[in-house]
Amino acid sequence: MSEQTLKQWLLSDAPTSRMQARVAGLYQGWLRLTSNWMTLTGLIILTALVLVAVCAPLLAPHDPFEQDLLNRLKPIGYDDHYLGTDSLGRDILSRLIYGSRITLYIVALVTLIAPVVGLLVGTVAGYLGGWTDQILMRTTDVFLAFPRLVLALAFVAALGPGIENAVLAISLTAWPPYARMARAETLTIRSSDFIAAIRLQGAGPLRIITRHIWPLCISSLIVRVTLDMAGIILAAAGLGFLGLGAQPPSPEWGAMISEGRRFILDHWWVATIPGLAIFTVSLAFNLLGDGLRDVLDPKDGGHG
Amino acid sequence: MTAINVQNLDVWFGSVSAVRSVSFSVAQGQSVGLVGESGSGKSTILRAMTGLAPDWSGTIQILGQNLTGSTRTRGFFKKVQMVFQDPYASLHPRHSVDQVLAEALHLQGMDAINKRTEKLLNDVGLDPRFRFRYPHQLSGGQRQRVAIARALAGEPEVLLLDEPTSALDVSVQAEILNLLTDLRAARGLTYIMVSHDLPVVAHMCDTLAVMQNGSIVEMMTAQALRAHKAVEPYTRELLAAST
Amino acid sequence: MTLLTVNDLWVRFPTRQGVFDAVRGISFELGQERLGIVGESGSGKSMTGRSILQLIRKPGVVQAAEISFQGRNLMELSERDMRSVRGNEISMVMQDPKFSLNPVMTIGAQLMEAYLQHNRDSRQNARNKCIEMLEAVSLRDPERVMDAYPHEMSGGMGQRIMIAMMLIPDPKILIADEPTSALDVSVQRQVLSIMDRLVRDRGMGLIFISHDLNLVAEFCDRVLIMYAGRIVESCPASKLREAKHPYTRGLLNALPRLDNPRTHLEVLQRQDDWTHAALEETQ
Repeated sequence: MSEQTLKQWLLSDAPTSRMQARVAGLYQGWLRLTSNWMTLTGLIILTALVLVAVCAPLLAPHDPFEQDLLNRLKPIGYDDHYLGTDSLGRDILSRLIYGSRITLYIVALVTLIAPVVGLLVGTVAGYLGGWTDQILMRTTDVFLAFPRLVLALAFVAALGPGIENAVLAISLTAWPPYARMARAETLTIRSSDFIAAIRLQGAGPLRIITRHIWPLCISSLIVRVTLDMAGIILAAAGLGFLGLGAQPPSPEWGAMISEGRRFILDHWWVATIPGLAIFTVSLAFNLLGDGLRDVLDPKDGGHG
Repeated sequence: MTAINVQNLDVWFGSVSAVRSVSFSVAQGQSVGLVGESGSGKSTILRAMTGLAPDWSGTIQILGQNLTGSTRTRGFFKKVQMVFQDPYASLHPRHSVDQVLAEALHLQGMDAINKRTEKLLNDVGLDPRFRFRYPHQLSGGQRQRVAIARALAGEPEVLLLDEPTSALDVSVQAEILNLLTDLRAARGLTYIMVSHDLPVVAHMCDTLAVMQNGSIVEMMTAQALRAHKAVEPYTRELLAAST
Repeated sequence: MTLLTVNDLWVRFPTRQGVFDAVRGISFELGQERLGIVGESGSGKSMTGRSILQLIRKPGVVQAAEISFQGRNLMELSERDMRSVRGNEISMVMQDPKFSLNPVMTIGAQLMEAYLQHNRDSRQNARNKCIEMLEAVSLRDPERVMDAYPHEMSGGMGQRIMIAMMLIPDPKILIADEPTSALDVSVQRQVLSIMDRLVRDRGMGLIFISHDLNLVAEFCDRVLIMYAGRIVESCPASKLREAKHPYTRGLLNALPRLDNPRTHLEVLQRQDDWTHAALEETQ
């Protein structure tokens, strides 16, 4: 198949197989996603982050844990420490590179927990209504009533500091907004004709929720999670900064800022560089989220 | 034989009464129309039958089965199906035609789903190349054909038609009405058709009931209507407005 | 007297598959008459109405050799001048009144705002004028309507309020885009007769856009039939039943009729050459 006909096949208005319909849908979404340069920038930054995390041992010029007390707090560009060294003489660039793994780990764990719980609670409450709705949503309200960082602090204090507990704490405080959103969407979807039609085919609540409501909620959820990801990274960094997240000598970016804080006036780069890394990744998630909203929003996808 | 028998039906939403003591019956293979303006309660009757409007009293008997409340058995849905007004809203925006029909066939406990999907498309006059398209790639008439095919999946005996053509252009309306006429002849279906359009109902139905404010004002045959034998002033008013 | 001349109007939408022409080079004139534009969805009838007021949303583009209104070419006006034409001289009534009125303002406040934008007058005079307008569209108890919110109105009342609002600045042309399709048949007639009377009394030009052939035949003086962005036929409304173009004939025959029962309705057979056909003069 030449390139031209492949493109036509992908953009065809009349797909001839299940596979083509699916691939064509993905391809058109991809085209829309990449047509905006800001989204593309976000996507490139995040791809780069993943690559850096995967290839950390190859990329890092030094061992991130190796201390060299003779070369403490060296400035940017000193010798082969491209981004300088911290208070224990560890190479900041290498720590930054290894720290990307921790950031991704946090991101992955939180996305595995919070939106899934939120989607489940929200759609079940919204679709079933009545008592189920009351109980589930009041529970959600209880979680919503606590400020995120304070609740996370309480959890970490109870469970002990550490990256897993920090993630758990963040997830526990992050799901209620998703549940709220999923419920609100379910309420509008529930009363639509296509749900009535499938009910009249004899479909039960389980099938309706998982096959008919989820596909419509998931897209806005993905957008929301992507946009929230910046906040989640910041919360993780905040816990790290407070010494309740990742523990030393782990090169978590928030913990790195916390360490550098003491030298911020004389040795600004120690705290600034991990700060810039957090900023860049958060921004990338926000840019991608904005683009995904344009692609995934069912209101835009509805008409051709 | 009576397919549908409705006696003293009252339907309400909260404290608002939408249908007030409505009675009518439909013989097997017959087609009955409910005509009225918005808010006359005509669609609500269909919703009460299918369990989509849970609060009602009176008797509804369909194919010898007495209905209660809002729960219906699978057996009921196999025999009674509904086609909705707006084909833009009655198809899941993320499901292809193939998915819609295959799921309906699966739920109705049919075998040989692949072959039956093809046959359903053929029955409603859709080219097989539409099978893998999504609703937004179809025109209004094509969507309504898909919705009709979905309703036919379980090979029902009764079709409830809720304004099936009011969202469509007149030329497309003619095609869909012809399709419904042919399907009824070929499968011996019983229809209840709800519409605000008197000529459409008179075209499709043998008998029609004119509704106003939740009650049936007048019931007569389409022939009597054509012969200007309508007695009630409201029916005459509707007639005057629609010719 | 010719109020509006449209010459070679195109409305184009660039898409990924190429440029889509919604309206393809149509020309017509409007005098002090009621001109109906009929067609099915996608025929470009609404786009024609909107393009006169330059209300086509991006990325759509309007091109025309001429859209002249009382000697001024609207195509050459700046956005600012266009804004004063909209409302002041050419008004538009949309299909659904629910979406045209602000839900959190009383109807009176909205009407008075519209009036005071166009006239320097005291609030008391504005109020009286608005009540007069509501009386003109046959609304009972206009004082109460002034203090009501849009959601308290029925569809028919809402549409009459919209008409009143559009007529406040005393426009020369009213464009009505499916003004009654969201309404029940009995209300439809009332709204139409009110619109009819106002348009006649004020010597306005009316462009009435609709999909309903019967309605247009009854209500307009002259009818343009659009198909795929072109005008395929133009005829006096009274002669619509004798229309010649196969498309118009097809539309007429596709309607179920009470006086002519049939088992099958006639189905429109679309022909490719309709999309290329030039305007047939039948006047």
